Amino acid sequence: MLQEESDLSLIIAQIVQKLKGSNLYAQLERQAWASLQRPEIKLESLKEDIKEFFKISGWEKKLQNAVYSELSVFPLPSHPAAPPEHLKEPLVYMRKAQGSWEKRILKSLNSMCTELSIPLARKRPVGEQKELLNKWNEMGTDEPDLSLFRPVYAPKDFLEVLINLRNPNYENGDSLSFRTHLGLIQVPLKVKDIPELKEFFVELGLTSGQLGIDDSTQVPPELFENEHVRIGQKVLTEQDSAAAQQYVRQGSPTALRAELWALILNISSHPEDILYYEQLKTNVIQHDLLVDSLIYKDVKLTASNDDYYFVFEDYLYQVLLCFSRDTSVLSHFAYNSASPPKSYIRGKLGLEEYAVFYPPNGVIPFHGFSMYVAPLCFLYHEPSKLYQIFREMYVRFFFRLHSISSHPSGIVSLCLLFETLLQTYLPQLFYHLREIGAQPLRISFKWMVRAFSGYLATDQLLLLWDRILGYNSLEILAVLAAAVFAFRAVNLMEVTSLAAAEAVLADLSTLKVMPLLQIFLFATVT
Amino acid sequence: QSTQGRGVPPYCQQRASIRFKTTLMNTLMDVLRHRPGWVEVKDEGEWDFYWCDVSWLRENFDHTYMGEHVRISHFRNHYELTRKNYMVKNLKRFRKQMEREAGKLEAAKCDFFPKTFEMPCEYHLFVEEFRKNPGITWIMKPVARSQGKGIFLFRRLKDIMDWKKGTAGKKLTSLEAQPARNTVNPSGSHDTRSSDDQKDEIPVENYVAQRYIENPYLIGGRKFDLRVYVLVMSYIPLRAWLYRDGFARFSNTRFTLNSIDDQYVHLTNVAVQKTSPDYHPKKGCKWMLQRFRQYLASKHGPEAVETLFSDMDNIFIRSLQSVQKVIISDKHCFELYGYDILIDQDLKPWLLEVNASPSLTASSQEDYELKTCLLEDTLHVVDMEARLTGREKRVGGFDLMWNDGPVSREEGGPDPSGMGNFVTNTHLGISSNKKKKPCQLHR
Repeated sequence: MLQEESDLSLIIAQIVQKLKGSNLYAQLERQAWASLQRPEIKLESLKEDIKEFFKISGWEKKLQNAVYSELSVFPLPSHPAAPPEHLKEPLVYMRKAQGSWEKRILKSLNSMCTELSIPLARKRPVGEQKELLNKWNEMGTDEPDLSLFRPVYAPKDFLEVLINLRNPNYENGDSLSFRTHLGLIQVPLKVKDIPELKEFFVELGLTSGQLGIDDSTQVPPELFENEHVRIGQKVLTEQDSAAAQQYVRQGSPTALRAELWALILNISSHPEDILYYEQLKTNVIQHDLLVDSLIYKDVKLTASNDDYYFVFEDYLYQVLLCFSRDTSVLSHFAYNSASPPKSYIRGKLGLEEYAVFYPPNGVIPFHGFSMYVAPLCFLYHEPSKLYQIFREMYVRFFFRLHSISSHPSGIVSLCLLFETLLQTYLPQLFYHLREIGAQPLRISFKWMVRAFSGYLATDQLLLLWDRILGYNSLEILAVLAAAVFAFRAVNLMEVTSLAAAEAVLADLSTLKVMPLLQIFLFATVT
Repeated sequence: QSTQGRGVPPYCQQRASIRFKTTLMNTLMDVLRHRPGWVEVKDEGEWDFYWCDVSWLRENFDHTYMGEHVRISHFRNHYELTRKNYMVKNLKRFRKQMEREAGKLEAAKCDFFPKTFEMPCEYHLFVEEFRKNPGITWIMKPVARSQGKGIFLFRRLKDIMDWKKGTAGKKLTSLEAQPARNTVNPSGSHDTRSSDDQKDEIPVENYVAQRYIENPYLIGGRKFDLRVYVLVMSYIPLRAWLYRDGFARFSNTRFTLNSIDDQYVHLTNVAVQKTSPDYHPKKGCKWMLQRFRQYLASKHGPEAVETLFSDMDNIFIRSLQSVQKVIISDKHCFELYGYDILIDQDLKPWLLEVNASPSLTASSQEDYELKTCLLEDTLHVVDMEARLTGREKRVGGFDLMWNDGPVSREEGGPDPSGMGNFVTNTHLGISSNKKKKPCQLHR
């Protein structure tokens, strides 16, 4: 008990520390001062009266949401004496692996830079700045020569690194036993099994209504949909983050989704936020970064070729170019196992005073990165709001999909969860695929790294991301991947090569996500 | 003289095989060839079903005898609806009639086409309107061409001077010299033969000048229009079906009023977009209607979307009603129309035009599937195999929209008082779930 209490007070202290520097704190202070004018605030009971005032005016709710937001992102409690690296990643071998992966990426970036003799960053001449400002809303019409640029890495390169991850302290011996893991990932992390997943995802069970199942045209809306929409509207009126998060576990109605996600992520568009975005835009106009070309290339290769997202091409540039200049993103590296790459001013290599993070936000985009943004364009049309939502989604969830860590929502755990589920509950299929040289993870990896963006139909993808937000976890991606394999198991048992297996699983656009998840978790005999 | 389907006893409803003919070599051919019991006839063979093109119709319909069961894919004078100038004339006449019979409010429901003037005969009326609204943009469209050919935008009368100098203009000058000649019959229909005669004198093309919609609804900064499919089985009585699927066609470039010369910005036909330098075939530039409907719902809420779609139902029904009395309603004829609808920023739908021969060539895999299902369901409704009972409200992806009167979504007959919660039996942009219920009966 004592340990828990001191953990709790540690967390409280840290959250208070964080919030003290935030805009919300300044606003609360102002509100408190202004409230002194009010007749119901009496000197004798100043503290209680102000608290009461905050409660009635909705400011307490805002504070609650902010605290809840911090708790959602906050790393698990650790020993007060633990060094900061442990907050990023407690396991040494994981940290080392991430470190050497980063070195490789940076080397690749630097060599591209030298090969093409393009500086990592340069200031744009005034004429170019003017031109870019004019074209800001239609950057997609630009057709710069991108043929010499290659993406820094693709998901399959990252997969190879994960496959080679080993815990030096773990020896499983050469003899095969029923406990041997037959998949590609060979690190001993704890992942949930189906009974634990059933408990974790209890709201997805067969006895609860779901959007994605109980709102289909065959089901009369009185049974579930109408009531669910009504509750959603109530949640929005109350402006309660925690309630919203609980609510979207059963799916979010299309008309309410944009507001609900903003509430869960605690995003509100204050003038300061819009100003901040405008400032980032100015940075983009003034300086050209090498990563900009990588972003362009990625958008052209992925989103622009997508049947549905091509329409939003311009928004993608507006978001991603600003994102790479946003230094506030650097704060997420406190709990990300990755570290931002450092670059040195020319001639001052090694001198810390001349070190800068490159790109300014510390995130080097890879092939497919723009697909994290594309589905959000469906919901948010105002660039600064779209930007804020994407940034928050990135620092809460997406970063875990491309850094090596032991976190249960990290990509390593997701891969292991996927393989374990398949091996445990579909052993015949798993064994067959392995025998023909089609390790299932080789096919499903790209789905999980992209959080299924670009693979599922948009409405299905949004229903899936509802649950990611609702459960504050990415584990559902691994469960869905396994469920897809289970669904197509009959066809997969008949294939005899990796290429044929890929073909069976090439098109996921007709899949309905929620029935698949329900069947896999709750309706399969285990 | 040629006869089709003769020598078959009239009571023999179920046919052993159905002989079809078509000249189109695209999705339609695939669908027809795969239909069980249907065989292709070529050249001069006798046929039971002909998906013809409009030129054949013009030349042969009048001298072809068709047996009772024979079906052909166009109405003789479909151009009353599908030629831009005739459609406008018919709509204007219908609107006037509405105003006389039912008052201004009812007539206002016909205000779904932008102000249009036939050229060259209404040139003077056009100039009057033009002068009343200085600075707005107009669009000039040839009446009978398709795929965006010959269309241009203008803001100044000077801009159409060049056009005037061309063949159409020559006719204008000659018309200006003569008293106005009426090619309209008392019934209101247009006689193609007399205008053909006129054509012999001075080969000319008719145009319409239409007020350009300057505030189109944009998605991703791009303009788009909607292609919706309506199947008419007869005009008297009016029986029309609405297909649930369709698509939104995007222009490849961002919308701006600054560059009215850039037809790639303004014209959304896939045929035009295909020639744009920005065009990448893999991109396609179409969204299925379902996706479009979901996008709008997430942005404006379900009620606004319901209103928009019921306004579109209004367009389909009233446009068909406006030509109901002039189109020769031959029981052998049916027609699949492609309606082009433009949405403006106030979520008001506008009718751009109606196509009698909507493109059946597929531009992508998804498009191929859409058109295949569309054509299969069309053939189900035409029902050469005599399998339907005649009481269906839904066949495949088609919903019965008008059956000599409105068709209600709810069970039971329509609400005669005209008030209350009458909801039309249309589900545009809502998925079909075809496998589950191909036909739905109504009592």
